[in-house]
Amino acid sequence: MSFVNVFLLGMLIVCALAVSLTRNLLTSLIVYMAYSLIMAVIWMFLESPDLAITEAAVGAGITSILFFVTLKKIHAIKGDSEREPTQK
Amino acid sequence: MPWSLLYENLEQTVAVILFGIGFSILLLQRNLIRKIIGLNIMDTAVYLFLASMGYISGRKAPIVVDGVTEVTAYINPIPAGLVLTGIVVSVSFTAIMLALTVRLYRRYHTLDIDEIAMLARGEDA
Amino acid sequence: MSRRRSDWEQRPQARIRKWYKEGFLALDEEIIDHLTQEPRHTHLQEELIEAQQQAESSRQHDRALALERMDQHNMLIWARTRGRKAISRFHVVLALALGLLMIIFLLDTVAYMPRFGDPNAPGANEVSRRYIEQGLTETGATNIVAGMILDYRAFDTLGEATVLFIAASAVLILLRIDRNKDGSPVQELIAAESDDQHYEPRNDRILQGSAMVLSPIIFLYGIYIILNGHLSPGGGFSGGAIISAGLILYLDAFGFEKAGRFFTYKTFMWVSFFALSFYALAKAYSFYCGANGIPSGIPLGTPGAILSGGLIMPLNIAVGMVVACTMYIFYALFRKGGL
Repeated sequence: MSFVNVFLLGMLIVCALAVSLTRNLLTSLIVYMAYSLIMAVIWMFLESPDLAITEAAVGAGITSILFFVTLKKIHAIKGDSEREPTQK
Repeated sequence: MPWSLLYENLEQTVAVILFGIGFSILLLQRNLIRKIIGLNIMDTAVYLFLASMGYISGRKAPIVVDGVTEVTAYINPIPAGLVLTGIVVSVSFTAIMLALTVRLYRRYHTLDIDEIAMLARGEDA
Repeated sequence: MSRRRSDWEQRPQARIRKWYKEGFLALDEEIIDHLTQEPRHTHLQEELIEAQQQAESSRQHDRALALERMDQHNMLIWARTRGRKAISRFHVVLALALGLLMIIFLLDTVAYMPRFGDPNAPGANEVSRRYIEQGLTETGATNIVAGMILDYRAFDTLGEATVLFIAASAVLILLRIDRNKDGSPVQELIAAESDDQHYEPRNDRILQGSAMVLSPIIFLYGIYIILNGHLSPGGGFSGGAIISAGLILYLDAFGFEKAGRFFTYKTFMWVSFFALSFYALAKAYSFYCGANGIPSGIPLGTPGAILSGGLIMPLNIAVGMVVACTMYIFYALFRKGGL
């Protein structure tokens, strides 16, 4: 049980707690992306490279992109939404 | 319970704790997006628990090298196959829930589950 | 601790410092201030007054309806202002207690599990022994997990590809916007709903430059992972996800018109349909051969070459195509409501 393994498992719990305790919605999404990435590294420690590749591509990639697009659709991202439409 | 046993199966302990944390997030948070994130955390905790049942110490990943096909050289490949299916089903499930969230927002203009329930109940009158 | 945040006064650290320095009196005043404020939802009060007026000045049937609406508005107002606080406090305590109880019971179960990494665990039974010892000779695939999910247990993978297809159909039903032939939506919509790229810059130099360089490389990498699914870790699912990531990058950089030149709605329909049907029909021989014990005539090739493993490579390609199309259509439906 190496030190890196124990440390990464501890970081998993920290990320899972941080998702619920932040106020901003965008912050909890980015923490969820980090959680998915740490999970992909832990799959490698458990000697399953198939799961690591699939979790990295699908969890930290596609699911997080879908969450971001949903946030944009519900206008929860504060940004320059009052800008003039630029010309093509 | 004996604490040394819990430290030996550290992955399973952490998976159980994550399951409890995800369940609490699902119950306590009022924002719909955070509930969906909590459900995803519960999902990945179950996959961690399942995949840690297949690990055997001292053996390598189940890819045949140099024609060695003894049982004592590779870990158990069955839980990895089960979790692979689960990860893809989890992402499609998340996509459907997010589509429902977008439709709910368009209809009620709020993401708070209590307000949505009250508005929906108020409409039925 | 920095004091430059705008909401420092409401943070718990600030409250603890205030309690420490000034005692309970400062907190009491804050609570009294908060309780004597007006409730925020005043439009319900107006509806209540309107319902009261309607109740006084109308006929019997309307009066009954108006009285019922008044009761319901009263209940809503109470639920919003005061009942909500009591119920939510009780709910928080109950939810936390339930979560802790569940963790404790499950930890008790973990203590009885077989030791982590034990070679004599009951999970490593004769099934996994058969898969490891005879996987290479019976399936021809070097990657034991890929050979297992696409040859021994190919039916489960067919079910998983079907779940992806059903999810794409469900998201289509929920989010699709019907359009006329010229691209304008059939029903009246708010402008922000149909195409939310309206307010973004059209030709971003950095994004387009990096997409021009990165997209072909991402496609090539995804195709490599799919084709080598039976020799090294990877397979249809991860390769399909990577191809869809390349398509999404291209769509973001160049817009919907340019991406619509090679990936239209018909493309998605035909590719998904043909890939799933090919998967379902290709393994149909095993219903006949496996039940009667007849060896099928599919060549297995030499282990380690690309063209080996029998039907595993075509099935990987089919699954990869379904996954890529599904993930891309998810993204396009969320952005624009169509392709």
